[in-house]
Amino acid sequence: MKRVYVNEQWCLGCHLCEYNCAYANSGVDDMVKALKGKQIFPNVHIEEADGVTYAVSCRHCKDPLCVKSCIAGAISVKDGTVVIDKSKCVGCLTCVLVCPYGAVAPGPDGAASKCELCMQNTCGEPACVKGCPNAAIVYEERQERA
Amino acid sequence: MNGYVLIGNGVAAAGCIEGIRSVDSDTPITVISKEKHEVYSRPLISYYLEGKTTISKMNYRPKDFYKKNKVTVIYGNAVSADMKAKEVTLDNGEKIGCKAVCIAAGSEPFVPPFEGLDTVEKKFTFMTIDDTLALEKAIGKKSRVLIVGAGLIGLKCAEGIAKRVASVTVCDLADRVLSSILDNECAGVMQKHLEKNGISFMLGDTVKRFDKNNAVMKSGKKAEFDVLVLAVGVRANTQLAKDAGCDTDRGIMIDTSMKTSIDGIYAAGDCTQGFDSSTGENRVLAILPNAYMQGRCAGINMAGGSSEINDAIPMNSIGFFGLHCVSAGSCPETSEVFEEKEKNSIRRLFIKDGRLAGYIIIGDVSRAGIYTSLVREKTPLDEIDVRRMKISPSLTIYSKEIRRKKLGGVV
Ligand SMILES: Cc1cc2nc3c(=O)[nH]c(=O)nc-3n(C[C@H](O)[C@H](O)[C@H](O)COP(=O)(O)OP(=O)(O)OC[C@H]3O[C@@H](n4cnc5c(N)ncnc54)[C@H](O)[C@@H]3O)c2cc1C
Ligand code: SF4
Ligand code: SF4
Repeated sequence: MKRVYVNEQWCLGCHLCEYNCAYANSGVDDMVKALKGKQIFPNVHIEEADGVTYAVSCRHCKDPLCVKSCIAGAISVKDGTVVIDKSKCVGCLTCVLVCPYGAVAPGPDGAASKCELCMQNTCGEPACVKGCPNAAIVYEERQERA
Repeated sequence: MNGYVLIGNGVAAAGCIEGIRSVDSDTPITVISKEKHEVYSRPLISYYLEGKTTISKMNYRPKDFYKKNKVTVIYGNAVSADMKAKEVTLDNGEKIGCKAVCIAAGSEPFVPPFEGLDTVEKKFTFMTIDDTLALEKAIGKKSRVLIVGAGLIGLKCAEGIAKRVASVTVCDLADRVLSSILDNECAGVMQKHLEKNGISFMLGDTVKRFDKNNAVMKSGKKAEFDVLVLAVGVRANTQLAKDAGCDTDRGIMIDTSMKTSIDGIYAAGDCTQGFDSSTGENRVLAILPNAYMQGRCAGINMAGGSSEINDAIPMNSIGFFGLHCVSAGSCPETSEVFEEKEKNSIRRLFIKDGRLAGYIIIGDVSRAGIYTSLVREKTPLDEIDVRRMKISPSLTIYSKEIRRKKLGGVV
């Protein structure tokens, strides 16, 4: 299955992916209207340490702890993509407690939110990848390591 | 053909069904369910009262769950499991043949024999959908509610009804809230926040006797109420297992593959006492993630697959009125403690033998799972950047190589 992977050596730390993600998931057509002057809730985050930057988003784990732990049964795997049914989520943050990558966080409505590979919005392919100027985030098939 | 019989129909049973079906797609599965409901998310009962979910959204699995997994649900009460005769018997005498059994019977509220309890007209426990609907009927804008027990269940109930009743008072023999999860200081922060949201407390004090709408406390104080909720504690349902010959203690004793001491009988969820890797001892870990994972593990093994859980740890994510608290692992007395405090937030890391033994965070809990994984995986701290770990949970604590695996590989 195609997943989002990070090439940390190429990341410029420009945070564009965060904006593109927040815009793609805002449901608003106009980027300025969607983002300007608002607190944004992207599902991808740039981390920085000693001048190295890289993007972190949901790994769509093969055996996802968040799915097994959600107290509402709100997280499930659909064709390999780990998705949250926000109408069932009660915002208990058990998924935040268990995700080893820190890849899930409360969204604007209090329900848990994470990368769903832009399958649930109109973007059609991960907006972070599409907009990355330096191919520091890619969307591709990779083999499992032994 | 004798199939698999699951006793109980909670989250552990759902995990067991999914575990069995990941290995064996055909052998019949029969679930025996005392509650007359399809599997639902038990922790959501307080969110229902709060108006944050509905009964239909509380379904833990989609409508076609049993059909898709070829499961027959019998709404009834199992009374015995006999692995010599290979059958499970219900209280109506019905017998069901089985080749393996999973006891996923959960726990029951424990109600101490309070003097005068029989004189109280409106009294409830808070464990099931039926309890919740009955409580909902009994409360109104003018109700004064007394909750006995300031543990997770009592406080979740308090949060759930706070805006629907005139007053909520919680009493507990312990001198602090959430005494089994939090120390004095953390409990103090949570208590203050609950009080700010209208909950009153009578701590270090408990009911000596009831007299209709009055509770007379040990201290001599009196509390008048209209509705009583008993949330003193829960007890694992072990009787059936005990009668079947399984070793039991506070829960049904299981090994890391969810086997009990009797061949062919497995057990999972709140009724068990399984391996807690944070202390190295067997312990009742009555949390939903554990119930699901144990159920799944049991199911895989019942169906002839191979699965083991040796990294279970206690962990909790609890929130009241918007203030969250997460914790995982243990806090050994001899550990080195790193702490950061502000007015309404606490972050405390317990470091022992070169590992993160446990942690607790109140307030900003974001990305806490990175800490949880250090506890669960017992990561040696000399492999990570401890200075950064102390600043906040992030993947910058890992070396470039480890990070490349985490972000550049299939995990
Ligand atoms: C109010 C509340 C809030 C909670 N909040 C949280 C939380 O935030 N996070 C968390 O991790 N956990 C929470 N929990 C705990 C969580 O609900 C349990 O850990 C989980 O439901 C355990 O699942 P289980 O399948 O083991 O048992 P249960 O859910 O108890 O299911 C067992 C079922 O078996 C049935 N049964 C028992 N004996 C028999 C028999 N002989 N024959 C037929 N059926 C039988 C019972 O009636 C019951 O329906 C909460 C619990 C409560 C009550
Ligand atoms: S949210 Fe975390 S645990 Fe769940 S699939 Fe994504 S990376 Fe894995
Ligand atoms: S916050 Fe929502 S998605 Fe996360 S565990 Fe709780 S109910 Fe499930």
